[in-house]
Amino acid sequence: MATTQTYVGSTVLRKEDPELLTGQASYVDNQTMPGMLWMALVRPPYVHARITSIDTSAATAMPGVVGVYTAEDLDLGALPFVWPITEDIKVPVHYPLAKDKIRFHGDAVAVVVAETRGQARDAAEAVHAEVEELAAVTDPEAAMAEGAPILHEELGTNVTVHWSHGGGGDQSVFESAPVIVEERYSQPRLIPNAIEARGCLAYGVPAMGEYTLISSTQIPHIVRATLGGAVGIAESKLRIVAPDVGGGFGSKLNVYAEEALALATAKATGRPVKWIEDRHENYVATIHGRGVIHDCTLAGTEDGQILGLKFVEIADMGAYYQLLTPGIPELGGWVYMGPYDPKAYWYEFTGVVTNATPTDAYRGAGRPEATYVLERLVDAYARRIGMDPAEVRRKNLVPKFTEARPAISGLNVDSGDYHATFDRALEMVGYEDLRREQAERRDRGDVKQLGIGLCTYIEMCGLAPSNILGALRYAAGGWDACTVQVTWTGKVVLKIGTSPHGQGHVTTWAQIAADALGVPIEDVEVLHGDTAVAPLGMDTYGSRSVSVGATALYLALEKIKEKARTLAAHELEAAEDDLEFANGAYTVKGAPDRARTITDLAATSWQAHSIPEGFEPNLEATAVFDPPNFTWPGGAHICVSEVDTETGAVEILRYVAVDDCGTVINPMIVEGQLHGGIAQGIAEALFEEAIYDEHGNLITSSMSQYLVPAATEIPTMELDRTETPSTTNPLGVKGIGEAGTIAAPPAVVNSVVDALAHLGVTDVGKPATPERVWGAIQRAKGGAA
Amino acid sequence: MTHVAVTVNGEQREADVEPRTLLVYFLRETLGLTGTNVGCDTSSCGSCTVLLDGESVKSCTLLAAQVDGRQVTTIEGMVTDETMHPLQDAFHRNHGLQCGFCTPGMIMAAASFLNENPTPTEQEVREALEGNLCRCTGYQNIVTSILDAAGQMSGASA
Amino acid sequence: MIPAPFEYERVEFVDHALQLLTADPEAKVLAGGHSLLPLMRLRLARPSMLVDITRIADLSYVREDGDRIAIGALTRHHDLANSELLQQECPIVAYAASGIGDPQVRHVGTIGGSCAHADPASDLPTVLVALGGELVTRGPEGASRTVPADAFFRGLFEPDLAHDEILTEIRVPKTGSRGWSYLKFHRRQMDWALVGVAALAPGRHGASVALTNMADRPIRATGVEEALAAGGDPGTAAERAPEGTSPPSDAFASAGYRQELVKVLARRALEEAMSR
Repeated sequence: MATTQTYVGSTVLRKEDPELLTGQASYVDNQTMPGMLWMALVRPPYVHARITSIDTSAATAMPGVVGVYTAEDLDLGALPFVWPITEDIKVPVHYPLAKDKIRFHGDAVAVVVAETRGQARDAAEAVHAEVEELAAVTDPEAAMAEGAPILHEELGTNVTVHWSHGGGGDQSVFESAPVIVEERYSQPRLIPNAIEARGCLAYGVPAMGEYTLISSTQIPHIVRATLGGAVGIAESKLRIVAPDVGGGFGSKLNVYAEEALALATAKATGRPVKWIEDRHENYVATIHGRGVIHDCTLAGTEDGQILGLKFVEIADMGAYYQLLTPGIPELGGWVYMGPYDPKAYWYEFTGVVTNATPTDAYRGAGRPEATYVLERLVDAYARRIGMDPAEVRRKNLVPKFTEARPAISGLNVDSGDYHATFDRALEMVGYEDLRREQAERRDRGDVKQLGIGLCTYIEMCGLAPSNILGALRYAAGGWDACTVQVTWTGKVVLKIGTSPHGQGHVTTWAQIAADALGVPIEDVEVLHGDTAVAPLGMDTYGSRSVSVGATALYLALEKIKEKARTLAAHELEAAEDDLEFANGAYTVKGAPDRARTITDLAATSWQAHSIPEGFEPNLEATAVFDPPNFTWPGGAHICVSEVDTETGAVEILRYVAVDDCGTVINPMIVEGQLHGGIAQGIAEALFEEAIYDEHGNLITSSMSQYLVPAATEIPTMELDRTETPSTTNPLGVKGIGEAGTIAAPPAVVNSVVDALAHLGVTDVGKPATPERVWGAIQRAKGGAA
Repeated sequence: MTHVAVTVNGEQREADVEPRTLLVYFLRETLGLTGTNVGCDTSSCGSCTVLLDGESVKSCTLLAAQVDGRQVTTIEGMVTDETMHPLQDAFHRNHGLQCGFCTPGMIMAAASFLNENPTPTEQEVREALEGNLCRCTGYQNIVTSILDAAGQMSGASA
Repeated sequence: MIPAPFEYERVEFVDHALQLLTADPEAKVLAGGHSLLPLMRLRLARPSMLVDITRIADLSYVREDGDRIAIGALTRHHDLANSELLQQECPIVAYAASGIGDPQVRHVGTIGGSCAHADPASDLPTVLVALGGELVTRGPEGASRTVPADAFFRGLFEPDLAHDEILTEIRVPKTGSRGWSYLKFHRRQMDWALVGVAALAPGRHGASVALTNMADRPIRATGVEEALAAGGDPGTAAERAPEGTSPPSDAFASAGYRQELVKVLARRALEEAMSR
């Protein structure tokens, strides 16, 4: 851009903040409407049961109740599932209300609408479901076994999908290599825990058949494109609004039963209907993440060369597919080589349905699962051959490349400089000194042992090239869109198709637009998250809002500037080629006093009193960007922890991260994304897991049992970065929303294992709870005795 | 129904409510002060933190009836004459918020804490926030914001 | 989530509360409410009436009572933690109170509420058992009982407190210069103790050690106390900490792990108490 960069690359305080800081945000539960009803769902306390009958009579008679509906009453279509990853995938049908069977605790059998929140809840309790309870299975391996309870009889099996990458390179290394390391790693289910649970408010103009759904969602456009069918509202008659959304992390990258039910009951009653999820409901009805088991093989040489990487995964799908469920492991299936360069590659997974909450995208979606097992495996390899894990990584990291380079998984990596991030991280943490301190503690036999955990990673984000999505059998494209309008008063309005919910994109985009047009950032207004305002879009997930969304913005800004150039040439009576653009103004070369600013031109193009022949009035342009490739951030994270060998307690002493997300627009926001992502990764490594009892009930069913860490559990992080521009887009940007959650879990768990490696410990499980760590120490001691 | 009269952000407010009305819903739905959020059912997340007679409490775990006759301050009451409280300003300057949902609770918890301990250490700030969960920020910039605000506030009063 | 409907009465006198409780067997006392209201929101508790006793005058105090300290049942954890009298004369109570829940909980939760709830994972009951504290109740027609702490906590959520009784005062001995420690092990700082150990260094009657969340109620670690009395060092004595315990197995920790953990914590608590 031939423009001074006032904003891009600098910390700019967020435009989003004032309303959030003063209690004026528009979260869905803050919105109310005249005549509004409250919806509550009836979720019987079973995870697998055949429904015999549902008695709604008592509930219907209760105070304030306006309607009680079962599946039969509403006759809704199935919820959308858009990623049938193989030709022979078996797809369970998923209705908003259970018809014949309850298959997990989130399955509702009826819905109540009433005048108040309390009345709706009271009446929901009074609906009685008569059921025949069935044996339940929540462990995917048990669900695969002969004789396991079958969830979907019509499918005949719980094993509903198998996907194989197909492999790359010479597979014989897995037999012939001098060193073969085989490990099995389990990663439990995680509950996303956006602090705002879900919620929605549906209302309409019944006479016109028009309906609006305000929903705490990451994906208003996808909801609009896919939900109409289930509720019998044409897409053209349906408007979806994502107001301020209190965090998502993938949990709101979905189309949910409650959204369909709020619309259906608003239709049925002719009144606005609001539903706000309780935290307990959120734990059973909103998607979970992870829930995978990997059998891993690394083939290598004695001197630290990784020759082959092979992963065979079992993935717990939960009771149904949500929007993307089996696509999540598949998405990870392209990054199991990490930043290394093995000669052979293999990945496959088997998806299994269980009587648990459906799994789907949770921050990182497939890539954290891959990175965790790969980085654990690399450490296991280092221990096996007696080499420092930093040395093994140095030997295998791909050297710096600035043009796209094919990886063995079959995709082209846009750019990377993995040695730079790794060397910087080692330097920041003082690696050699730490190893010395570790040796001293080991020699002394200290109760508290020191562990240094490494992770070098890449990720694949900026979702996604539409042609690749098509090849992967995803139902939609991966483009995004932006309309830029410069109003006649010189204000800039961006209407953009992704839908941020905490990531600071409004500020990031405004920085780009203000620089491009030479206007103060205060004059840039961003509109998003409303299908009536920004009708073209593919929403927010997979670190795409800058690499795809802002590139669409960039292209629209280029169009605006081109259009303005035509008008400027007309007004200045100069040839277009004789104009220069800088700081928001066109000037005639050699005559700097002859100038027209973009805002001047916006006014004259709006007035349209004197415009060139064929020139469309107004400075407005729309661009759609379909990325030619993914973007591929990378980096190195190092966790230093102290393990109490008597109790198994782990304390993180330091956490160092050096990341490369390409060109940085706003360093403050990039660091904030890393802080949050790393904290979630630490949570995954040490605290969080969804635990079910033998009957299939979720034990960790509240925030007092599912351990989301607080400020007392998360360390101060030390960050740095390098910038290797992406070759995928003209801005050179990659994405940083998921990096922390991808890199942190293996760095942390590796640090715990590293602290205890001298005792013979090779695994501590995930999360590395005190009891698991303590147990690993005891087993190692027993083994040594 | 039970009658509740509370001074909220300096104004006397009263209403007849069901006894089961939690303070947070009294604030949000009866009084229309929606700045205080609800994030859980178990008194864990702290999103609903308000000041009761100047001290932080979780408004989802108090009945409106329990605070009859007492003083409540919510996030809306932190702005005076259109000027944000030093904590709000510090959260803005230090990127102490992302989605913003936990933020009112964080600020109210911090306000109560700084009242008790105007010159805290980083560790003390972290401990003061043990009852408030954030899923976006990793807490780092929240802690920085509160330390910054503490400096501003003690500097201003000195 | 919203509780099921109930009646609400706020009382200013203990006798009024007792009348209401006597009249309605499904009524419950509301003090801080931080144990009760979450259960009601999840509809795991459905009292017909809440009797709000928090405005009863003069049940919130910490004062000297000869060689003891008397604490009003409505004294909040926050006030216990900040009581100079407790910090000087019985610091283990102030310290344990400072670690309960989180600041917001401590601004509302009361010592009487904690004791009446009788959760074995709760901190103050264990400290009271270690101290040999007493709990004073009031019943109908002015009846009053004084119950030793180790008798008051009878079982899981089962205090020695009749439906028509209210806890009014807690008394603890001054510990003077006696060393003390309260260590609890938890996953997150805000959480209940997986295991806790309260220890008082050997005094006139030997050392005193009590355990949190190692049975259906706070219990004395008599094996440890005996071993110390017999001249054992903290390490040897602490090996006997699991004796007589029956800890829960739950999502956070197995019983077996708790029984190992309690040895480590007992040793560390004794070492800290004896060095203080």
